[in-house]
Amino acid sequence: MIEVAKLSKHFGSKLAVDELSFTVEKGEVLGFLGPNGAGKSTTMRMVTGFLPPSAGDAKICGISITENPFEAKTKIGYLPESAPLYNDMTVIGFLKFCAAIRGLVGPEKNEAVEKAIETCFLESVAHQSIETLSKGYRHRTCLAQSLLHDPEVLILDEPTDGLDPNQKFEIRQLIKRLGETKAILFSTHILEEVEAACTRAVIVDRGKIVADGTPAELIAQAPNGSLTELFRKVTTTDTAA
Amino acid sequence: MSSLTIFKRELKSYFAQPTAYAIIVIFLLLSLGMTFSFGEFMTVGDASLEYSFFYWHPWLYMLLAPAIAMKLWADEQRNGTIELLGTFPVSTWSAIVGKFLAAATVSLVALALTFPIVITVNYLGDPDNGIILAGYIGSFLVCCTFIAITMLVSACTRDQVVCLIVSVFLCTTMVLSGYDPLSRELAKATSPATVEAVVSLGVLNHFTTLSRGLFRLQDFVWFASFIGICLLGTSTILSAKRA
Ligand SMILES: Nc1ncnc2c1ncn2[C@@H]1O[C@H](COP(=O)(O)OP(=O)(O)O)[C@@H](O)[C@H]1O
Ligand SMILES: [Mg+2]
Repeated sequence: MIEVAKLSKHFGSKLAVDELSFTVEKGEVLGFLGPNGAGKSTTMRMVTGFLPPSAGDAKICGISITENPFEAKTKIGYLPESAPLYNDMTVIGFLKFCAAIRGLVGPEKNEAVEKAIETCFLESVAHQSIETLSKGYRHRTCLAQSLLHDPEVLILDEPTDGLDPNQKFEIRQLIKRLGETKAILFSTHILEEVEAACTRAVIVDRGKIVADGTPAELIAQAPNGSLTELFRKVTTTDTAA
Repeated sequence: MSSLTIFKRELKSYFAQPTAYAIIVIFLLLSLGMTFSFGEFMTVGDASLEYSFFYWHPWLYMLLAPAIAMKLWADEQRNGTIELLGTFPVSTWSAIVGKFLAAATVSLVALALTFPIVITVNYLGDPDNGIILAGYIGSFLVCCTFIAITMLVSACTRDQVVCLIVSVFLCTTMVLSGYDPLSRELAKATSPATVEAVVSLGVLNHFTTLSRGLFRLQDFVWFASFIGICLLGTSTILSAKRA
């Protein structure tokens, strides 16, 4: 479903992503781990067609994002890192706009919006202005946007960032549930999340994959059976990089 | 289709906030105020509205058009919503067109609300309404030109204030380069060819012929190509920023 082949990205002389390759199949939830600045967001921005890659390609359901971006984008639901939203709209107005831009019209559109609101527990704020939402609701509104067109591929950049423990739990459950029928790529630097929601995980460091496997395999590789130790062993700290 | 969706969203956003209302009210106050004060509408009895009313429009637009359009891309970049837009199945071009048309519509509303002055001249005298229509078309095209310039600047920055300042500067230059007293000064210092080049770059030249009721193809071509180039430039800048 998601096939990433030798994807690279330069920013000036800086190499943010270095020939990254991986695949995510339907029914898989791939955790994308790595320290800050490892290149997770940059990779996701390339896979979703926001940034053009410096080299390499990504295929979504067999469609190349560089050659046929329009088609490929229709298959993807994307939650960007900072959960950007149009502050001058209401939650429901925003979701209707996103549904319309995805080509949904009439009753189909309203149904999709209602379903997304229900899935992301937004009923209580549906008519509230986005400007006045708390961080958790902002995040979930943006997540709802990514689910509207029932995409085959979901790409979520730190979906649980800044949420309280209850909200984190709910989102993980949601990712797990959605992962049964979709291909999901989600990034995080919270290691418990990997065991809680992923079927497989890769650890990236300075634009390269340094570890890959199911959560159980990764733990088996770890020096003393903890993911944290493995993470610390295979990645470099910000200051050293 | 997606242009239309974006157009609707932008237009709603203008009227969901005080922006559009403030700009429309200020435009109405100033344009009518100028007409009755400096324009000497009552004493001169200018029924074509050319000198008393339309004359002032470019001077108002050079301040107000940037205020309308400054948020178009600066805001998207500041809030990060450009990342949503960039991953929706819409082309940059249809987003640009949708946004441009929304801003143009706001100015069209402002312009349309000056209709009492047309009623007044028709009541007081017997004007040539064709010339008045030409004046309105010219005025609208000037505003669209300035909106296009502002949109281009807006693509370069995430800061609305920077965008406003730079765009006002550019639009002011476009107006002043065709302003007679300045041209005369320039003529003293340089050659007539230079003056002609500077004047032809400005917007007043093309606007004045239209507001006199003269429909010249070359003016329409000038406005259309200037706007087209600004929009293409916007698209180029937005793509270049991601590379
Ligand atoms: N637009 C950009 N221009 C220049 N450098 C960038 C840009 N975006 C990201 N980077 C750099 O690329 C590296 C990877 O960033 P990012 O993908 O955001 O990391 P992560 O999401 O894993 O924390 C960082 O060093 C960051 O500074
Ligand atoms: Mg990131």
